[in-house]
Amino acid sequence: MSFNRLLAVAKKEVIQILRDSRSLFIVVIMPVTLMMLFGYGVNLDLKGLPVYVYDRDGSQQSQDLLKHFQASKYFTIARVVNNYPALTRALDDGHAKMGIVIPWDFSQRLSEGGPVQVQALVDATDDNTANVLIGYTQAVVQGYSSGIQIAWLRERGLQIQPSPVSVETRTWYNENLESSAFIVPGVLALVMSVIGTFLTSLTIAREWERGTMEQLISTPVSAMEIMMGKLAPYFVLGMFDVVICALIAIYWFHVPFRGSFLTLLVSSAMFLVVVLSLGFFISVLAKSQFAASQIALLITFLPAFLLSGFLFAIEQMPVALQWITRILPARYYVSILKKIFLKGTPTALLYADLVPLAVFAFVLAALATRSFHKRLE
Amino acid sequence: MTDQPQPAIVADGLTKSFPGVRAVDALSFDVRAGEIFGLVGPDGAGKTTTLRMLAGIMPPDAGNATVAGFDVVRNPEGAKHALSYMPQRFGLYEDLTVDENIRFYADLFGVKKAERRQRSSQLLEAAGMAEFRQRLAGKLSGGMKQKLGLVCALIHHPKVILLDEPTTGVDPVSRRDFWRILYELIAEGVAILTSTAYLDEAERCHRVALLHQGKLLFCDTPANLKAGMGKGVLSVTGPEPRSLRSQLEHADGISSLVLTGDGLHVVVDDAPRRIPEFEARLRAARVSFDAIQQVAPTIEDLFVDAVGSGGSTHA
Repeated sequence: MSFNRLLAVAKKEVIQILRDSRSLFIVVIMPVTLMMLFGYGVNLDLKGLPVYVYDRDGSQQSQDLLKHFQASKYFTIARVVNNYPALTRALDDGHAKMGIVIPWDFSQRLSEGGPVQVQALVDATDDNTANVLIGYTQAVVQGYSSGIQIAWLRERGLQIQPSPVSVETRTWYNENLESSAFIVPGVLALVMSVIGTFLTSLTIAREWERGTMEQLISTPVSAMEIMMGKLAPYFVLGMFDVVICALIAIYWFHVPFRGSFLTLLVSSAMFLVVVLSLGFFISVLAKSQFAASQIALLITFLPAFLLSGFLFAIEQMPVALQWITRILPARYYVSILKKIFLKGTPTALLYADLVPLAVFAFVLAALATRSFHKRLE
Repeated sequence: MTDQPQPAIVADGLTKSFPGVRAVDALSFDVRAGEIFGLVGPDGAGKTTTLRMLAGIMPPDAGNATVAGFDVVRNPEGAKHALSYMPQRFGLYEDLTVDENIRFYADLFGVKKAERRQRSSQLLEAAGMAEFRQRLAGKLSGGMKQKLGLVCALIHHPKVILLDEPTTGVDPVSRRDFWRILYELIAEGVAILTSTAYLDEAERCHRVALLHQGKLLFCDTPANLKAGMGKGVLSVTGPEPRSLRSQLEHADGISSLVLTGDGLHVVVDDAPRRIPEFEARLRAARVSFDAIQQVAPTIEDLFVDAVGSGGSTHA
C-alpha cells in the first residue's frame, strides 16, 4: 500500500467533488435542509387541533364547557356552527379534526342533576391523532364534570375530599416534550446515509460508466488504494456534516446535548465506515450510476428513515420488523445519537449499540475491500 | 529483469472466449524493444481483448504472456509499473484539467515532481498542447484528447506501450503529431503495440499482425507481407467504378476486389496475363476505362484479399 498513490486518488476525487455542483449540493445544502425540514416540519406534537362546535343549547353552562376546551392548549375552537351539515362538511374537508355537539337540553338536564351526554365526532383517518384527541376530550369533560360535582356538594354544605390520588409527572430527557428534540438527533443518521452511500455509490460507478476505470486499473495503483483514496474525502465530508448537524441541533433547535462529544464523533465515524463501505460495495456491483443510486436509496436511506427508530419507535413495530431492525446499522447509530443527545448516557453504557455498530463497520469494510478487483469482466 | 535481449512482449497461445464468441484464439506473437507492432483487423477481430490481456486487466482463458519480463497472466500487477495502456475509449478525467490529469498519472506511477515537470513540458510541447495546460480535458478536441492520453501514458517512461486504436477519430494534424511522438519513443527503446483500423497506418509499423475473428492471419513486416502475397494487384481506373466492378467481379483469376476513389483494386493470380483479358472484357461490354496497370500492393489489398472482399475498411 502506497500512501502517495492513495493521496493521489484522494486529491483527484476532491477536485472532482469541488467541480461537481450536485455533489457539493448534497454535501453542503442537503444536511442543513434535512435538519430544517425535520426540525420544523415534522411535528409529532398535537397542539391547537381545530375543533368545530355546534352548540344547540346556547346556555351559560354550554359556554362554560366550551371555555374549558378553549383553555386547553390541545384544542382551538375554530368555528361555531349552527347546523349538522356544516359540522360534517368541516370534518369532510379537513377544516376540523373534531366536532363537538352540545344537546339542546344540556343546561336543563344539568340543572336536574341528570346525566347528559356531549357528542364528539372525531376524524379518525389518523388513528394516532384520533386516540390522542379522544383522550384529551375525555380529560377536559372530566375536569368540567368534577367541577360541577364539587359545586353541587358545596351548595348542600358538603365538603369533598380533594382527589385522593394524583400523579406528579416529571418528564426526563426531553423535559419540554418537544418532538424536535426527539427527531433532530436522528437526522444525523439520515444525512450520513445519504452522504455515505448515495455519493459513494456514484463515484465508482462513474469511473466505469465514463471509461476511466479501464485506464486506472492498468496502473500500479492497488484496489485498496483506489478504495481508500476514493472514500477518504467522503469520510472527511461526512465528519464535517456530523459536526455541522450537531451544532444546528444544539444551537438552533436547542436540543440538549448531555453526552460525550468524543463518543458522538467515534460512533459517527463507525457509522460512516458502514455506509461508505456499503456505497462502495453497491457501486462495484452496479457499475452504472443510475442503478447504484437507486439501490443505495433503497437499502440505506429508506431503512434509516423508517426502521431505525428515528421517527417510529422500534418497540411499537410488529415483532418481525423489530427483528429486521437488528440487522440495520442505522438502528444502533440512531439509538446512540438519542442517548448521547438527550440522556447523556455514559459511553460505558452504550456498548450494546457501539459493539454491533463496530461489527457492521468491520464486516462491511472487509466485504467492500474484497468486492473490488482490478479486472474487467 | 534480464540482460539478454528478450522480446518486450510475448503472447503465447492467448485465448479468450466470451459467451457465444471466441474473441481471441490461440494468438502468439512477440514485440521487440524499439519496435512498433501493429494489430490490424476489423471490429471484433480481437484486438481490444488482446491488448486488455497484455495490460493485465483481463485474465485470459488459456495461454501465456509476458510484458517487460513479467508474467502478466500469473502476476498481472507485476508489469504495471513498466507498461502503459491507452484504452480505445478516452480514459482520462474530463472534469480535470490537462495538468491535473498528467499529475494524477505521474503520482500513480511515483514520478517525482521535478521529473514530472520536465517530462510533461517536453511531451506537451511535442504534442503541440503547451498552451492548453489549464484547460479541462473534456473541453479538448478529439485529437487533443488522444494526445493528452499519450502524454499521460508516457509520463513515467514506460518500457512497453499498449495503444488501442489511438488515432480513431483524430484529425490528420494530430495524427501526424501522434506518430512523430511514437517514432521518437522507438529511439528510446520502447516497445509499442498498437491496434488500428486504419490500414494506411499499418504501413507505418515495423511489423504488422493481421487479425481476423480472433486468429492471426499473417505477421510480418509490411514489405514482406506484400512481397509474399504471391499475387498481383491491378489498378483499374475509369469514370464509373461501379460499372467496372460489376463487369469484373466475375472474371477469371480474381481473388478479391475493392472499390477505390477512382476505380478498383483487383487482386489477381497473374497480372501480366490478366491485363489484356480485362481490357478485352471491358471493351466488349462497352464500359469505358482509363487504364489498367499493375501497382504495388497495399496492406489493404492484402487484408481484403485475406479476409474476403466486401468487408468495408478504412482507406
